[in-house]
Amino acid sequence: MSAAGVPLAWYLVLGAILFALGAAGFLFRRNIITMFMAIELMLNAVNLTFVALAYYLGQVDGLVLAFFVMVVAAAEAAVGLAIILTVFRNRASLGIDEVQSLRN
Amino acid sequence: MQQLWLIPLFPLLGFLLNGLLGRRLSKAAVNAVAIGAVLASFLWTLKVLGALWPLEAPHLERYFTWIQADQARIGYDLALDRLSAVMLLVVTGVGLLIHIYSVGYMAQEGGYYRFFAYLNLFMFFMLTLVLAANFLLLFVGWEGVGLCSYLLIGFWFLKASASNAANKAFIVNRVGDFGFSLAIYLIFVNFGSLDFARVFAAVSRQPVESGFGTLTAIGLLLLMGATGKSAQIPLYVWLPDAMEGPTPVSALIHAATMVTAGVYMTARCSAIYLHAPGALEAVAVVGLLTASSAATIGITQFDIKKVFAYSTISQLGYMFLGAGVGAFGAAIFHLWTHAFFKALLFLGAGSVIHALGEQDLRRMGGLRAKAPLTFWTLLCAALSISGVPFTAGFFSKDQILLAAHQHAPWMYWLGTLTAAMTAFYVFRAIFLAFFGAPRGWRHAHESPPVMTLPLAALALLSLAGGYFDVSGFLAPLFPAAAGHHDPRLVFVATGAGLAGIALAWLFYVARPGLAERAAARLGGLYRLVYNKYFVDELYEAVLLRPVVEGSRRLLWRKVDVGLIDGAVNGVGARACGVGGVLRLIQSGNIRSYAAWVLLGSLVTLLAALAGGSR
Repeated sequence: MSAAGVPLAWYLVLGAILFALGAAGFLFRRNIITMFMAIELMLNAVNLTFVALAYYLGQVDGLVLAFFVMVVAAAEAAVGLAIILTVFRNRASLGIDEVQSLRN
Repeated sequence: MQQLWLIPLFPLLGFLLNGLLGRRLSKAAVNAVAIGAVLASFLWTLKVLGALWPLEAPHLERYFTWIQADQARIGYDLALDRLSAVMLLVVTGVGLLIHIYSVGYMAQEGGYYRFFAYLNLFMFFMLTLVLAANFLLLFVGWEGVGLCSYLLIGFWFLKASASNAANKAFIVNRVGDFGFSLAIYLIFVNFGSLDFARVFAAVSRQPVESGFGTLTAIGLLLLMGATGKSAQIPLYVWLPDAMEGPTPVSALIHAATMVTAGVYMTARCSAIYLHAPGALEAVAVVGLLTASSAATIGITQFDIKKVFAYSTISQLGYMFLGAGVGAFGAAIFHLWTHAFFKALLFLGAGSVIHALGEQDLRRMGGLRAKAPLTFWTLLCAALSISGVPFTAGFFSKDQILLAAHQHAPWMYWLGTLTAAMTAFYVFRAIFLAFFGAPRGWRHAHESPPVMTLPLAALALLSLAGGYFDVSGFLAPLFPAAAGHHDPRLVFVATGAGLAGIALAWLFYVARPGLAERAAARLGGLYRLVYNKYFVDELYEAVLLRPVVEGSRRLLWRKVDVGLIDGAVNGVGARACGVGGVLRLIQSGNIRSYAAWVLLGSLVTLLAALAGGSR
């Protein structure tokens, strides 16, 4: 089905690419802010997949889940940014490798 | 209703008051509470006895059901018959005098209120024991007096010897109590009740056992309990050590009252024993052997309290002999007179110790002039215990010996020999303490009136207490062992006592030094007796060491440390080991966590794909 002429597979491939980019960014970058953005990217990739599938299958479930993801993302942004702010205040650095005080 | 429950209640209140608030009360207030409680019990006993006199039938009062299981009811029931009346008078009367004496003796001691609280608690349990109308309530009192005995022997608990003696007394008594509780189970199983009246009525309907049956088993187990509480062979070893307690305690608990509980219980169970002649014979033999062997030990001891302690064991042996030959009335009669003269002997010894600060007879001597009242009162007790005619001990001891002769002549002769030894060791103590020249002391003083007045009262009772014919009074309770006695037997027994006194005079006054020579001549035998037949050492080697070493080597080192600790520690150590490996994963590096998460989800994904393709 292609109401706007875009096939479902394209959405799914785009979602997968975005998710892979997000995961790679989370794994390989050291700046906390960047990693945070990578997380958001992964969340939005999943959202895209949900919405596309909901549209394709004509079901509302995917849309509902997408809203949930957005709510969680908003909450996560609030908490995550607060944490980042506190870490920066305490350590004057945004390097993720310096935040290791819970090791072992 | 005569409100019998008030009799034990007064001392219980005294105990609570002194025990809880005594620390803040003055000594005078503590005295008033403690003595007042016992005095109230004594007076209430007199009032009840006066109301019920001549007490021909037992008076039973039921208060409430304590335990109800199926058809069996065990109640808080108190009973008063002639036997418990005699015991009540002894316990409250002698107890009262000793409470008064303690005021003087303990005046300088710490823990004053604690001492009197324990004494009152003891009175409560002893009165419960005496008044109980069933075996279980008697057992409550029985255990309670054991507890108080433990607390009071260990009164100076900072002294290692005192707390060891307290432990010894408690543990040895536990052995006897084990037998007693088995006897109670057996009675309950066989008769379905623990009430004295019902049990004894059921017993008297049974035929007399000729062989070894249930009643004999019950009798022997009761005897085991009695040997623990009343310090008979083989469980007598705790009593000499119990002299570590303050002297008034020795007088009250370990001479006059508590240790007679076994005799009381045996007399109370006379119905059972009369239907189990085998068990009764065992009572007589145990009593006689205890009486004679303890008397020989008493001859060799130098600690004045130890002499009297062995004397107590020996006299209790007499009571068991009396009970064992069927003369329960005579046994209780001797209990009655013994309470007076033995309490007096101990209180007199306490007065001597108080005067000198010394317990060793070898360092006394010549006290007669310094402490005349103590001397004269002690002399009364010594005459009485020696069975000098017309003193209290004369009547009761002769009754026992005559009954023994009727049962078996050899018992009479051994008993008479023991009577001679009794007179010897008591007068030996008197002569060593009060005659001759002072040996190594400078200052001595007579005790204050608060101590000498009870001594005087007890001296009077020691001399005249035999004119109240207890065995005649108890005759309705116990079938009389009627018989005609050869009057010569009385002369022989009395003569033996007088000979013992004369011999002591010869050894320790007329010819000092003779005793040492005789001891040297007898050598090995003397050392054997002086060391108390090495019974303590024997128990140590045969019973204690295997238990202690077994506990230490096997139970502690192997079972406890090896098995139990090993298992617990092993579980802990394994958890630590596994945790140590897992800990490495928690690196603190977020990206490594993320990598793990990614890896995990990939594996899950692949697994799902693999599963889906199948």
